[in-house]
This record gives sequence, C-alpha cells and structure tokens, in this order.
Amino acid sequence: MEKNKADNYRYLAVSVIIVLASLLIALLLGAFLFLIAGANPFEAYGVMLTQPLDGLFGITEMLVRAAPLMLVGLGIAIAFRSGILNIGGEGQIMLGVIFGTAVGLALPEMPKIVLVPVIFLSAFIGGGIWAGIAGWMRAYLNVNEILSTVMLNYIAIQVYLYLLRGPLIDPKEVSYGTGVPQSAPLPEAAWLTRFIRGFRLHSGLVIAIVLAVIVFLFLWKTTVGYRMRAVGAEPKAATYSGMNVKRNLVLAMVLSGGFAGMAGAVEVLGVHHRALESISAGYGFSGIVVALFGGLHPLGIIPASAVFGLLIVGSDMMQRAVEVPASIILAIQGLIILAIVSSNIFLRNPKLRDRLFKLLGGGKEAKIDPEGGRA
Amino acid sequence: MAEIIERLEMNHITKRFPGVLALDDVTMNLQKGEVLALLGENGAGKTTLMNILYGLYHQDEGNVLLNDKKIQVQGPLDALEYGIGMVHQHFMLVPNMTVLENIALGMYQRTRFKMDLEKVRKRVLEVADRYNLTVKPDAYIWQLSVGEQQRVELVKVLTLGANLLILDEPTAALTPQQTDALIDLLRQMITQDTSIIFISHKLNEVKAVSDRVAVLRNGGLVFEGATKDHSAEDLAEKMAGREISYPKTSKKEEYGRPILQIEKVVAEGDQGTDSLQGVSVEVRSGEIVGIAGVSGNGQRELADVINGIRPVKEGRIQLDGVDISNYNPQQIIDLGMGYIPEDRMHEGTIPSFTVRENLIMKDYRQEPLAKNFFLRKGQIDDHAASLIDSFKVKTPSMATSCASLSGGNIQKVILAREITRKPKALVAAYPIRGLDIGASEYVHSQLIQAREEGMAVLLISEELDELLDLCDRIAVMYEGKVLDVLPREECTKQELGLLMAGVSHGKE
Amino acid sequence: MILEIIIGVIISGIPLSASLLFASLGEMFSQRSGVFNLGTEGIMMLSAFVGFYVVYIIGSPVLGILAAMAIGGLMGMLMALVSVTFKAQQGISGIGLYMFGWGVSGTLFRVYVGGVTNIDGIGKVAIPVLMDIPVIGQILFNQNPMVYLAYLLVPVSGYVLFRTSWGLKVRAVGTTPQAADTLGVSVERIRYQCVTLGGMMSGLAGAYLSIGQAQMFADNLTAGRGFIAVALVYFGRWKPVGIMWGALLFSMAHALQRSIQVYGIDFPYEIAVATPYVLVILVLALTYKGRSLGPLALGKPYNREFRG
Repeated sequence: MEKNKADNYRYLAVSVIIVLASLLIALLLGAFLFLIAGANPFEAYGVMLTQPLDGLFGITEMLVRAAPLMLVGLGIAIAFRSGILNIGGEGQIMLGVIFGTAVGLALPEMPKIVLVPVIFLSAFIGGGIWAGIAGWMRAYLNVNEILSTVMLNYIAIQVYLYLLRGPLIDPKEVSYGTGVPQSAPLPEAAWLTRFIRGFRLHSGLVIAIVLAVIVFLFLWKTTVGYRMRAVGAEPKAATYSGMNVKRNLVLAMVLSGGFAGMAGAVEVLGVHHRALESISAGYGFSGIVVALFGGLHPLGIIPASAVFGLLIVGSDMMQRAVEVPASIILAIQGLIILAIVSSNIFLRNPKLRDRLFKLLGGGKEAKIDPEGGRA
Repeated sequence: MAEIIERLEMNHITKRFPGVLALDDVTMNLQKGEVLALLGENGAGKTTLMNILYGLYHQDEGNVLLNDKKIQVQGPLDALEYGIGMVHQHFMLVPNMTVLENIALGMYQRTRFKMDLEKVRKRVLEVADRYNLTVKPDAYIWQLSVGEQQRVELVKVLTLGANLLILDEPTAALTPQQTDALIDLLRQMITQDTSIIFISHKLNEVKAVSDRVAVLRNGGLVFEGATKDHSAEDLAEKMAGREISYPKTSKKEEYGRPILQIEKVVAEGDQGTDSLQGVSVEVRSGEIVGIAGVSGNGQRELADVINGIRPVKEGRIQLDGVDISNYNPQQIIDLGMGYIPEDRMHEGTIPSFTVRENLIMKDYRQEPLAKNFFLRKGQIDDHAASLIDSFKVKTPSMATSCASLSGGNIQKVILAREITRKPKALVAAYPIRGLDIGASEYVHSQLIQAREEGMAVLLISEELDELLDLCDRIAVMYEGKVLDVLPREECTKQELGLLMAGVSHGKE
Repeated sequence: MILEIIIGVIISGIPLSASLLFASLGEMFSQRSGVFNLGTEGIMMLSAFVGFYVVYIIGSPVLGILAAMAIGGLMGMLMALVSVTFKAQQGISGIGLYMFGWGVSGTLFRVYVGGVTNIDGIGKVAIPVLMDIPVIGQILFNQNPMVYLAYLLVPVSGYVLFRTSWGLKVRAVGTTPQAADTLGVSVERIRYQCVTLGGMMSGLAGAYLSIGQAQMFADNLTAGRGFIAVALVYFGRWKPVGIMWGALLFSMAHALQRSIQVYGIDFPYEIAVATPYVLVILVLALTYKGRSLGPLALGKPYNREFRG
C-alpha cells in the first residue's frame, strides 16, 4: 500500500495545482479590471498581496477576517457536499446576529463560560432556522435553493434593519437622538478574549479551527456524515440504500445556516461587541469562494480563509494606496469562482491529469479495468 | 439527395480513447442490398465503428470509401448527405414534440427561420407509403409505444435521405413477434435499394436476418463470412474467443416456503396513471422466478414497490410473512431484502465514492462497522478486503473510485454487498445488461449460488435465454399485470413472446 | 379611493414590469436550451451602469442601450463559455458571474462617477389620440417606448420559439440534446446563442432601469430583479405569455406596496420593502411542482459519450 499512499498525495497535489492555476487566471483577468479602473495592476496587487503581511496590524486583521470566513465556508462545504447549494450566507449571518444579540442582551449576569456558548448556540439556531426554510422548500417542494436563499437574503436585510432601527436599537441612540441603527453593547462577559493588546485578534479564530476539525470528523468519520455525503454524491443510490434524502437535505441546510449564524456571533462577540449595520460585510458570499478554494474540505478551508482574509484586508489597503474602491475584490472573487468551477473539466480530463501526475513522479495512473472495456 | 450507395468500404480503421484501444485495424465492406450483421460483446467496438461511419467520432487511422470515392464524414449532417443514417439503441426522439417536429429537426439544418411543416408532412407520408411503414405524424412521441417509436426513427432516417441504415441493437426492446415483424420490414427495405448494417449481440436474430456477419472482439475484427455457413454456437464462440458454458439451473424436488409474496398490487407510475394494475406473483425460498416482458410494462415500478421506493395504492407485499407494503426502504432492507438495481452506476453504486465506501452502503450503521455513530476504519477495511477477494473484484485498491471500474466489476461490487448480507429475498433487475459474456457468466453463477443458499430470487429481464436458463418459473408482465406464471419446462420462446405481446389465451 | 389605487397600481405596474420582462424572456431562451443563468442579476447591474455611463458621457440614450446590450451579450458569452464549454455547474457559475457584475459595476461607478447623478434618459412617449381614451389611454398608450418594446417582444419570442426552425432546435437541445446532436444540430452552438441572447436581453433590462426608469445609477438599482426574472421563467412555465403575466403580477404587487406607503397606511417601511421577495418565495413554493414540464435537460451539461 506504500505506492498507493504516495499516489494519493500526488493526486492531491494535482488538484491543488489546478486550483492555484485558477486563482492565477482570475488574478490575471483582475489585472485588466485594475487597468480599466485607472490603476497600475502590479502596484495594486503588490499592495494587496503583501502589505497586510508587513506588520502585526495586517496579520492580525487578516486572521480576524479568517474566523467568520472559515465558519461560513465550513457551513457551505457541508451543504455542497450534501448536494444542496447555500447562497444565503448573508441572511443567515444576520439572523445569527439577531438571535445571538437578543439572547446576549436578555440574559442576566452570567459567567463567560456559560454566556459565550449560549450565544453561539442561539446564533446557530437563528441561522439554522433561516437556512432550514430554504432546505425544507427544496426537499419537500423541489424549489431551487439558490433562488430561495437569495430571496431570503433580501428579506433578512430588511428584517435586520427593522430590528436594528426599532426593537433592538441601543436605548442610548434613542435618548441622544443620534439614531444610529445598532444594538446596545453586549456585556463584557460575552466578549471573546483578545490575544494581543491593541489588536483585534480574538479567540473566535481558535473556535473556528476547532469547529473545522469537528466538521472533518463529522463528515468522514461518522455514520451521519457518510450518509450526508452519499446523499449529495448520488441521491438515487442513497435512496435505494435506505437513506432518507429529504431529511438529510434539510439537515444539511440547517447545519450550513447554523455555521453562518455562528460566523455572525463571532463578529458580534469578537469584533464589534454589538450588532450593527453591514455586519455581514459580504462574508456570506466570500465564504462560498473560500469553500470552493478550500476544495470543500475543512482542512483546505482553514488555509483558504487565511488567504481570503489577506485579500480582504489587502483590498482595503490597496484602496488607500491606489484609490481603486475595495469593491473590486468582489469582482475578483466572482472571477475566482468562475475559474475554479471551470477548472473541474480539467480535473476530470484524464490526459491532463496523467501528464501532471507523471510530472510529479507518479507511475502509470490506475486506469480503467482492461477487462470488459469501458463501463 | 444522396446518391445510392453501391459499395461501402471501411479500411484499416483504428480508434483510440484515453487508456483504451477501441478499434484496431478493422476493415469491412458492404454491398448495396446486403444486410451485414456486426456481432460482438459489449465493449467489442461495434457501436464505436458505426459512430465513426456516422460521423459522431473520427477515426485516428484508416479511411472510408463510398462507391470507391474516399469520404470524410465530419458529422451526422455529412453522413445524411452521403445517404448514411443511424437508428440508435436508445431512441433519439424528443418526447414532448410531435413525430413531424422530430423529423423537421433534421430537415432545416441550413436555414434558421423558415419552417414549413406541411411540406415535411408531405415528404414523411411519401416515405412511409413507399416503405410500408405506418406513422402518425401529429402524435407526440411520449404517446407512442416502443415499436411505434422505432418506426418513427426509421421513417425519420429515410425521410432525411438515407439509403444505408445502421441499426444499433434494434430488437433490444421488442417481443419475439415484433422482432419478426421488424425482420420482415427490413427484408422489404432491401428491395428498395437500401443496405443495412445491423449491430447485435443476439445470435438468433443475426442468423435470421443477415446475409453476412462480421465479428468484433476487443476492438479487432476476428471473423467475417456468410451467415448461412455458420451456426449460432460457432458465432458465439468467435464473439467470446473461447468455449462458453452457460450456467443453468435444473428443477428441484422441493422448494421452501414462500418468502416474497406480491398480491394484487396497484401502484401509480411517473405519468400519473397506474403502472401496476393488480400484480400478483410469489417467490419461494430456493427458487428463481423470472419476470419477462418488454421494458415499460411495469417492471421498474414493481421493483420500486417491492423495495419501498414507490407507494402501494392497493394490494399487499409480504416478506417472509411480514406485510411490508409501504414500509420505507430502510425498514425493508433491515427485514432482509436485497436489491440489484437496473442502473449500476446511479442506483446501485455511488460512482464518486471509493469501492470501500460503496461496499458498506447498506451496513454502515451497524456493528461491527460502526459504533455509536462513529465509523470504524479497521473493521470496514477488513470487511471490504474480504469482499473484494471473495468476489474477485478487479480494482487497483479499495480506495479507487467506483467510476473507474468496468461494468462487470461494478456489478460485482453490488453483488458482493447484497449477497453477503444474506438477504431472504433478492430482486435483480436486468443484471447482465451491458456486460460481456465473462461478467454475465459470473453474475449468473452468483444468482444460482444465492438460490442454492435458500434465497428467494426475483429476476427481471428482457433476455429470454437468460430467463430460460436460470428460472424455475417465469412470469410475464404486460401492461401492469402478470398475465401468467409458467414453470420453466412448459415455456417456449414462442409462448413467452405471445404473452409478452399481451396475447393470453384467456388465462388470467 | 380604492379604484384610484387600483388604477394607480396598474399604471405604475406596467413600466415596473419592463425590466423583469426583458430579463425573463432572455432567461427563457437560455433555459429552453438547457442552461440556467443565475448571473442575470450581475449582468443587469453591469449593463445598467454601462448604459448609464454612456449616456452620461455621450448623451445618446440609444448608444447607451446598445452599449448595455453589448456588455450583456459579452457576459452571456462568458457564462456560455463556463457552463457549455467547461461544463461547470450552472448554479455556482451564475453566482460567480453575479459577484463579478456586482463588483465591477460598483467599482467603476465609484471611480468614474461617484455620487448621485441624473441623466436625461428616455421618457414616456404618449401616442396621440389613443392616449385620450379614458382610463385605458393612460395605462396603455402613455408609456416609455422601451416598455412598448418589452411587450412587443412577448409575441415575437413566442413566434421565434415555436414557429421557426431555430426555435425547434432550441427546444430539442433543451429537452433531448442527443436527439439534436445525432441529427447534426450543434448543441454547443445553440446553447451559446441562447445564453448570449439571454445576456443581451438582460443587458436591455439593465439599460431600461438606468436609462428609462430611474434615469440614474445607484448601487442597489436592480435589487434582486435578475433573480426574480429567473424565478419568473419557472412561474411562466417557460412560455412568453406566462412570463408576461408573472412579470405583471409581480410588478403590480410591488407598485401596490409602494402606494400603500404613499397613502400613509401605517406599515413598517422595511417590511414593505421585503414584501416582493416574500411574494417570490410564496410563488416559488406554490408553482414549483410542475418542474417536470420544464426543459428536461435543464442544468445538465451535454457530453457526446452516450451510454451505448
């Protein structure tokens, strides 16, 4: 089995190379966008990709972004692997924030060890319910989940704004007459510990990494995870083996939304310490790119979220340096998605895979059984 | 209009696909008015060769000569212009368009807007008349029977100007009587300056209709000659390259108690009408009961209700005395039902999962493979290794994905998984479809072994030979009912063929 | 007063429906050929900006519309490249295209324009005499010419799809692509044509929003209309007339929601804004059952290796 292990790593390397190639292509196309926006692409990329690494501020900020990205990405990986596409991250984050903040503000004095998990759980429930609606509609009514989750995003924003301007608004905002739509700050007991004085890096990152490991164990080492992956890979065969496809689809969406909800909790407890507008900051969409870039695998999503954290922080720095709006990173993320999904055809192309495989020192790739010809 | 094809030659055709040499220096020819049969196992290369002739694939080496002129068929459009038409094994018809629209689809290649359906209608009726084929131009394809759809395909290809017809497994979905009718039709077409290449793996039909036969094996032409000079057994050996022994069963003294009892079951099909209209059949322990019939008479729905995938509207299904009507699939599996589904790749296995993961698909929740929701790798590996060994599944490793295996080996994975669970009843739907002779022999021997071990086996098949070799009793399904169940000794192909076509001599 | 509201709703509903109608008819062609393009929202956003910008710089609404259609067509071709040639999963590709369109339109808007700027787009054009017919005259004969164009495209699309040989090929390719392939119809080419056409029509939809309706550009100009347009194709059962009713139904609900606020009925603003989206979800839930009536090959990339 020695040869097999080495071959497996070679396979992995082939996939990684192809994914990195897609990233490169997307960045190249992005260079044209910079030109159109009137900036020098080399300068822009230079700032974006290196400046964050230039100091403690950049690095900690990158990791601050990585935590919610990782959580959303994990949720999306669970969903995609179970055969359902969750595009509703934005809305689910907001519902998570709503539930988490409401609970956090409503509970009396409690120690951190109780308060934080309770808030996370509430956020999970909030996001889970929101995603569950779309999951149920897909499983039992056969409604396209992309359309329903996107609609739910738009609805969520309005619900969130309504609550932030009304029932959940900080009483101080009302009494001072400033009217900023944000909630009261949460009790300090709920705040996630910050590691370095003066910087925002908080324990949410650790929580996210631990959850990533849990997701890995869940999907590949448990019976429930096996079932969800089977349902996602081939629903017909799963049905014929006795698995309940509908229930698993709903479960997958609920878990996926729950993780997005927890990303909201992480932002509230770790960064802002209250609910405010634009808290989701596009993580719902960036999380999709992180999941794809990480190969829909928790161990890939961990580094992928750091990379995208870098890109997001870098794009803010780039905006100050070359005056191109940071929103360009959204366009680049779109290109990355297009490049990654397009690259699948190359991953499946035996000729290219063989060539890369041999380049990495592998022997003849395991071919189709010669007996009996093609399946 | 294409010129009449007097003579066709395919010389030294070689075709490679990634990892497979599909055709190796094949040379054959055809004269006007001839019926040439292309015989070979699944995967031998017959369809590939014809796809090259029709322009769907391009050869890597070799050439094609039409009336002694070299031609290069770039695609189906070219092929039709040369007068070459193909009727595929799975009909290429759009179900929610009419017959006329389906034919019109091929007639307006060069124009974008103009479409004159009345002109198309005229041409279609002319062709139908000339070749004595009845068609209903305004019927929707989904309304037509299999036989009628095949006629549409023939009319389509003739209307588009073909005078060389390539027919790929044309009798696969026909009853013996319908096959005879088709053969008569083909004979008649020959008299109209049409030539025919007939792809098949069914020896008796090849004997009945062709003038010459070419046998392909593993991509090479191994034999060519006049059909009348060779017996069916002879040709079978040439197809497989060795002597073939067909596993057969013989009548037993005693059979066990009834295990699978299906009583007057009524169930709805996908179109909303009742596909099963009161099906009754029983399988005893240690017995193989066959379900014969043309595909589409309710067999799929029967397999579905037995396995809990489709609701039972009326009637009852019992498994060893337990009423399982409308139980869910998991419950039925737990009570001891095994199932080898029709679609190996999408119903029987998960192609992207590894062999190991596929082998545990029904047992993954139980000890010893799992404990407290956690999968136990060591146990699973041992289990998989032993199955791969005892069923001789050819796979580079248990971590290879099922999609890379050949059809025969995928079926072995399914067999291994289902049979070692020692179910009380086993439903096998078209288990040797698309498999070569070697793999088919293996599948049959496993089914016989299951019968020996006391399982009740329900075998759904379209191949009368398979049913007559293996089954103790044969039931014929027609339009959602079992018309009759006969002991094997009393069955003839003729009798079965009539039943399959719905002719039941008043027996109920 | 109720009558006033109803007439008001119909009068403002019709122009609101034009962008939905353009985009949805375009998406219908795309889906009929087997490809569903969720990037429609992104196409609308970017072409709305491009159309607006051309008018802003050059001053010609016609050129603006053409530019928007060109961008839409290009983005459609990109979608075709990814989903037809690279056979990528269509749902995710669409979202990628959406993010791309969103990002580029937002960035270029900030770089080149910056603030709220109005342009002289295309206004209403009244048809003389007919316009004076009581009630109906105002509703039907005093609209923006682009609105007339949108409604004209309904019967035109129907004719193209059901009475031309191209339309026949499109329908075949979306239902049973192998049937078309074996007759020499190029499945890839038809799909490229349809997806590009869909993109162009989404471009037209975006142009209408910025040049015809709002006469300006802002970040949330499209507000999800692209996704709603995709949902309308299912609602309309892939037929132009059904889509037209869907677009009208939708836009009238939207107009109703707006007028409720105008008439001062007490309702939280945000909930009112959310109503159209809730309506889409309800509609999706209630009409989705008929999925089997749709193009059978929708969403599945075509590969010539048939199981044979």
